[in-house]
Amino acid sequence: MSTLIAILVVGVIATLFGALLGFASVQFKVIGDPLAEQLDALLPQTQCGQCGYPGCKPYAEAVANGEAINKCAPGGEDTIKKIADLMGVEVQPLDGNHETDNSPKVAFIIEEDCIGCTKCIQACPVDAIIGTTKQMHTIIADECTGCDLCVAPCPVDCIEMIPVATTTQNWQWDLNSIPVTQID
Amino acid sequence: MTDYLLLLVGTVLVNNFVLVKFLGLCPFMGVSSKTETAIGMSFATTFVMTLASLLSYIVNSYVLAPLGLEYLTTMTFILVIAVVVQFTEMVVHKTSANLYRLLGIFLPLITTNCAVLGVALLNLYEQHNFFESIIYGFGAAVGFSLVLIMFSAMREKLANADVPTPFKGSAIAMITAGLMSLAFMGFTGLVKF
Repeated sequence: MSTLIAILVVGVIATLFGALLGFASVQFKVIGDPLAEQLDALLPQTQCGQCGYPGCKPYAEAVANGEAINKCAPGGEDTIKKIADLMGVEVQPLDGNHETDNSPKVAFIIEEDCIGCTKCIQACPVDAIIGTTKQMHTIIADECTGCDLCVAPCPVDCIEMIPVATTTQNWQWDLNSIPVTQID
Repeated sequence: MTDYLLLLVGTVLVNNFVLVKFLGLCPFMGVSSKTETAIGMSFATTFVMTLASLLSYIVNSYVLAPLGLEYLTTMTFILVIAVVVQFTEMVVHKTSANLYRLLGIFLPLITTNCAVLGVALLNLYEQHNFFESIIYGFGAAVGFSLVLIMFSAMREKLANADVPTPFKGSAIAMITAGLMSLAFMGFTGLVKF
């Protein structure tokens, strides 16, 4: 008999707690912004701030709330196309200065002119510049996203953006533009 | 009033849960490598411990004791603690994003902190009343926080110290914890009965 009571009591307590948690999970449900999360996943995560927002996540949230989709310079045409697909809007050309020339670029430091001031290192969002105080700096081309944030801080203008030559290594097949339709 | 104050001081310093009773050693060693995380863990533990000791007192004295089911305390208390932790996490997540960012990852960890179950069971064995239970729970948590934050501060210093190779890492942390425990034993002379 006492065993039965014990089982019953624990059962009742567990049920009450379960009900409480169930109630709480409904009552205190946190509604995240799934659209902003998805947009954030599409952005290049360079956190360069060229869009006017302090990083990719804030820009994703702004786009979810109706900001223009064409402000991501490092992402380029490709990212805009993806965002447009997700948002269900028209593809727009890239905004601002990057509109005219949108080919992929990397920064290049003219090493004879570099005075080793480290200002570009501090500006680089992806840590693609190596060097130290009063030593010549250089850019790791593979890491550089071409965001050109290092160009402005350089006091001797020794950084230039050079276009990436198309090689067999980085040639991108634009497979999406080939119209593939299923024939019934 | 003096009794309560004595109980609080006694729990925080004299019968410190970590260094004298050796409860909750897992988070003590686990999250003490950075002061920031130690502080987050401290706040979360304080909150949960106080609430859990209160709730387990209520459950024990109004449900289990009248029915003569004291042998179920351990099981029921684990249930209570798990629910308190889960519930707290949900409420904090909903109400304060900042607090959630601070405590978020630590809250689920507390479920398995033996100090929380320890405080509930010790309340029972020492036959504390309602207020004593709350103060005991709070005091135990404050003691845990105090020791955890001090220990993490020491470990941050140790990270830069020139420790002999065989003692590097966990070994020197264990020795430090042992020395801290010895030091806390000194508080035994604080309260004269």
